[in-house]
Amino acid sequence: MSVAAPIVDKAPAPERLPRLLADVGAAWVTLDEHRRRAGPIPPTTRGPRVDIIDAVARAGLRGKGGGAFPTARKMEAVAAGPGRPIVVVNGAEGEPASGKDKLLLTRAPHLVIDGALVAAAAVGGREVIVCVDRQTDSALESMQRALSERAASEPTSIPVRLVGVPSHYVSGEETALVRWLNGGDAKPTTPPRPFERGVGRRPTLVDNVETLAHLAQIVRWGPAWFRSTGTRSEPGSTLITVSGAVARPGVYEVPLGASMQRVLTRTGALEGDVVAVLVGGYFGTWLTAEQAAAARVSCDDLARYGAGLGCGVIVALPRDACGVVEAARVVSWLAASTAGQCGSCVHGLASLADAAGAVARGRAPRDAAMQLVRWAGQLEGRGACRLPDGAARFLRSSLATFHREVDRHLRGADCPDHRKVLPLPNPVRDAWR
Amino acid sequence: MSFRLRVDPIVCDGRGVCAEFFPERVSLDDWGYPVVDDTPIGPDLLQHARRAVAACPVLALKLEEA
Repeated sequence: MSVAAPIVDKAPAPERLPRLLADVGAAWVTLDEHRRRAGPIPPTTRGPRVDIIDAVARAGLRGKGGGAFPTARKMEAVAAGPGRPIVVVNGAEGEPASGKDKLLLTRAPHLVIDGALVAAAAVGGREVIVCVDRQTDSALESMQRALSERAASEPTSIPVRLVGVPSHYVSGEETALVRWLNGGDAKPTTPPRPFERGVGRRPTLVDNVETLAHLAQIVRWGPAWFRSTGTRSEPGSTLITVSGAVARPGVYEVPLGASMQRVLTRTGALEGDVVAVLVGGYFGTWLTAEQAAAARVSCDDLARYGAGLGCGVIVALPRDACGVVEAARVVSWLAASTAGQCGSCVHGLASLADAAGAVARGRAPRDAAMQLVRWAGQLEGRGACRLPDGAARFLRSSLATFHREVDRHLRGADCPDHRKVLPLPNPVRDAWR
Repeated sequence: MSFRLRVDPIVCDGRGVCAEFFPERVSLDDWGYPVVDDTPIGPDLLQHARRAVAACPVLALKLEEA
C-alpha cells in the first residue's frame, strides 16, 4: 500500500534539492500557494494510520533534533500506547549555533504544520501543540499567521495550539517540554519518557520541526522519492547551519553523505583559513581541518571521528581564533545553562568551567588537562538529561583536537587577541514556567 | 532473578550514605554524588543493596529488576 497514492493532482515530484527550502524566500507563502505546491495531506482519524508509519519506515527518516532516532519506531511506540496521543512540535531550538528550525518556522510554517498533522494522522493523535521559544518573536508571529490562515480557509481536523516555551537551553529537551506543558518547570525529568506518558499522561510524540517537514514530503511524494538522494543507510536531505570562517553563513540543505569539504567551499570558507570544524553543536565534536576535508555530512561517516551530525551545526574555526578559549567559553556557557537539578551537573560543570577558564587564561596548574579529562569521565550518564554528557564530550574533543594549543596555555599563554567565534547568547533572563 | 541499582539524579542530594553502605557498587564522584555500577546484582550482594536503598534519606536509590 502506498501513501502517495491518494494524491489528487499530477504535479511532478521535485527532482533536485532544495526540498524543504524550495519555497523559502523573502515573500510569505500563503496557504493557497503552499497547498498548490505541496498537495493535500491525509485527514486525521481516530486510530493510527499504519500505512503512514510504514511509509516513514521505508523512507528511513531519522529525527533531526540531534538524536537521529528512527521516526517510525517512535511513532509505533506512541501509537501502541493507551489513549489518543498528543503530537508536540519541538521548535525550541536552544542550540546557539543552529538556525534551521527558526528558518522553517518563519519561512515554511505551513510545511511544518502539514508535517505535524501527518504525524497526528499516523499515530491517531487528538491534538497538536506547536512549541516555539517564547523569545523568538519572528517564529511565533509567522506560526500564528499560518495558523490564522488555516482557521480561515482550511480548518484542521484536530486542534492545533501554538505555545511559547521558556527560553532555556535545556527546555527544548523533550521531557522538559512535556513537564512544562503539564504545568511544571521547563526542566528535564527522569523516565517515564513522553512516548509512554507525556502531556496529560497521554502517549506523546515529540518531533523536531525539520523532522516533521520531511514527514510531510515523504507522505506527499513517497518513500522512494525521499530515498532518491542521500545514502542507503541515511537517506534524504538534511538541513545544516554553517557559520564561523565562511563568507556565506546560513542554513543549507544538502544530501546526507555530502562532502564536508564541498559544504565549506560552497559556503565560502577560505582555503587554509579553517583550522578545525565543530560538528553537532555544543554537544558535538571538533574535526581537524584534515579530518573535515575527508569527512561527509553523515552520522555513519562522522562516527569514524567519534562525531555525529547532531542537529546539523557546522562551525568553521578560523586561524585567528583559539580552540582553547572557545572551549572555555562554551563550557562556561553550558555550566550556566544547567537546570540546577542534578548535583553532578551543577557542581561538575562548574568545576569544568572554572578549570577550562584557568587554562584559557594561562593560569592553570600543569596537570589541569588531566584533571579535566578525569572530571569529564565522571560526568557521563550522570544527569536526567544529556547536558553533563554533552559538556564532557565537547571538552574532551577540544582537549584532543587543540592539544598543542592546550600545552601552550599550560605554559602560560593566554591568547588575549583571539577572535571569538562560537555564538553564545547572553545568559537568559527567563522564568522556568 | 537479578536486580540493578539505579539512582534518580534529580532526587539525589549527595548525602553519600549509599556509598557507605554499599561500597562494592557505589562510589562517589569528586563532588560527592554517587556513581552507581548498574551491572546486575547477584544474590550474594542483594542484602547490601537493599540496605543501601533503605538508608537513602531522600529515597533516590532504587532496585530495579534487571
